[in-house]
Amino acid sequence: MTQKVRVVVAKIGLDGHDRGAKVIARAYRDAGMEVIYLGRHQTVENVVEAVLQEDVDVLGLSILSGAHATYVPEIMKRLKENGADDLVAVLGGIIPEVHIPMLKSVGVDAVFGPGTPLQEIIDQTFSLVREKKAALAGQ
Amino acid sequence: MLEDKVKSQVAGERKKWEAEMLDPARSKLRQSEFFSPSGLPLDSVYDPVSLEEDFDYLRDLGYPGCYPFTRGTSPTMYRGQLWNSAMYSGYGTAEESNLRYKYLLDQGQSGFSIALDLPTQLGYDPDHVLARGEVGQVGVVLSSFREVERLFDGIPLSKVRQISVVVNSNSVIVAAMIVAFCEKAGIDPNSFIISFQNDVLKEFVARGNYIFPPKPAVKLAGDLIEYTTKNIPRWLPICICGAHLRGAGGNAAHELGYCFANAMAQIEDVVSRGLKVEDFVPNFVALFTAGMNVMEEVAKFRAARRLWSRLMKERFGTEKPMPLRIHAYGQCIHLTAQQPLNNIARIAINNIIAVLGGVTGLSSPSHDEALSLPTEEAVRTSLRSQQIVAYETGLTDYVDPLAGSYALESLTNQLENKARELIVKVDEQGGAIAAIEKGYMQQQLSEGAYQMQKDIETGKKCMVGVNKFRLEGEKVTIPVFSVNEEAQQRAIDSVKQVRRERDNREVARTLAELERQARAGNNIMPAAVEASKAYATMQEMCDVLRDVYGAYRETASNAF
Repeated sequence: MTQKVRVVVAKIGLDGHDRGAKVIARAYRDAGMEVIYLGRHQTVENVVEAVLQEDVDVLGLSILSGAHATYVPEIMKRLKENGADDLVAVLGGIIPEVHIPMLKSVGVDAVFGPGTPLQEIIDQTFSLVREKKAALAGQ
Repeated sequence: MLEDKVKSQVAGERKKWEAEMLDPARSKLRQSEFFSPSGLPLDSVYDPVSLEEDFDYLRDLGYPGCYPFTRGTSPTMYRGQLWNSAMYSGYGTAEESNLRYKYLLDQGQSGFSIALDLPTQLGYDPDHVLARGEVGQVGVVLSSFREVERLFDGIPLSKVRQISVVVNSNSVIVAAMIVAFCEKAGIDPNSFIISFQNDVLKEFVARGNYIFPPKPAVKLAGDLIEYTTKNIPRWLPICICGAHLRGAGGNAAHELGYCFANAMAQIEDVVSRGLKVEDFVPNFVALFTAGMNVMEEVAKFRAARRLWSRLMKERFGTEKPMPLRIHAYGQCIHLTAQQPLNNIARIAINNIIAVLGGVTGLSSPSHDEALSLPTEEAVRTSLRSQQIVAYETGLTDYVDPLAGSYALESLTNQLENKARELIVKVDEQGGAIAAIEKGYMQQQLSEGAYQMQKDIETGKKCMVGVNKFRLEGEKVTIPVFSVNEEAQQRAIDSVKQVRRERDNREVARTLAELERQARAGNNIMPAAVEASKAYATMQEMCDVLRDVYGAYRETASNAF
């Protein structure tokens, strides 16, 4: 890839625990991605606007409060409606395993739970971006 | 203190030992140097000469219950009374949480610690658009004083050793609701002990549940402290927090240094109202992590008590000794989603550390924390862990049993010194509030978090089950708690019912008075009590305050 991968990292909803989001944002930056860090207390609208405006390749969401079940399907729907089909969406936080199939079905590409090594997150994110770009190029 | 002659004998023997036994074994060391998690260099073995400065028993330790309180805040500690045992809990509606508190009290915990949901903590009613998906998820909904009545229903408050409420930015409002509850129920608020976390500055530094900007937040926190000091002296209006600073990436030295820097900024606000430090600081309690590193953590609790009482004297000129009672919470950042039953061992270790550290209150997380809120079985197991330490280990028959350990006293000294250095650095930024506005403390902690993650990646820091002793292809097999889906609707129905049934003119009148008091710079507690009695909702009261003080927005400069 000749262009830098662009990522938005955000926390939607009221959960304030941003240690993980900050660590991931920094790891992505150190791995050579362009990171737009929105931080805490973002609304679905904020995030959708940032993703579209900044023309990002990856959306990284961090939610520890249990509100993922409400917000993630909604944000994925809005992004699809706005044509962001090639966006890679990754999620971290406290996400019960039983919710993962539902999240994947709405378009989340990967869920990185507690204990996932940073390198694995970085590698998988890059590879998801490559796959999506290749899939689109092949259409 | 050693006599010079003995000192030189010991030093001589040590040199001999190093040359004859230690040096030949150096190549077999696991690493060339050893450090505590906060970076304190660890000696190859500690001996009487190891304590860098003179170790003066009376100056540095003294007796328990006496300045500088290194050995404990009471003369008898657990020989007199065990720590207050209270698991942090709450979820769904007030009725559901009421049952969980009754259950835990039945099972033997001595107090209870109320977790509030995020909309409540951030000043939103359950039907606000921002509350969607969040109602009752991480704590109980307290949308008006009607919910307080339900929360406490059937619980004999004066028989509970201590109730704690984990509320911060709007603690003055929650306290007002509870005062309203007491007035309506004909209960003397001074007949029970309740503590409010009310440490607003750590929200900006670490936890993230802020509402108003730092200066007004400190003012509101000060309103609560002033009110209870003057009117309800048994209430504990603030719990200064170090635990969350660890959670955000800080080490044990940050935990003490930044916590105390924040606390001193809060004290200054209350002093500016004409109150004397000696009149209100004794009702401060502290919340620290009970971590995994045994020696550093035990040293930390002792250094905390000593440093606090010294700082009160040095910075505020207190003549009476200022003991700091400490509540501890197990180190959640170390609880793993992988092989969750391992966490039971971790929590037991945290509990032992807290008891060796002389805490007066202890909340333990549960082994399934990395997966969800605790199930009933998990929280009961956690409570049993405390009870096992209390009744089966014999530790409660001793006061500060590790005192005098060369290693422990050396670490206690070093931690105190390191914390002092960090406080000076905050001073150089212009104090805690200025440091927060510049993003200074936030950046330090976030740096620590990143470094810890790198250490986990390289294996320098071991997390059993995560980067060592993994189970490939592991599946979650323990039960995982989920909040009742109807709770959100019930909470919304309840607040709507309150709005329908109350006298809305009275609500408008009392909210207008709340605004007037806030704009005049007065203590808003009395007006908040009146508004609570009129069944003004949490959001209505917070909206008034948001109007007066503004809402805090974190800027990119204090991001990562």
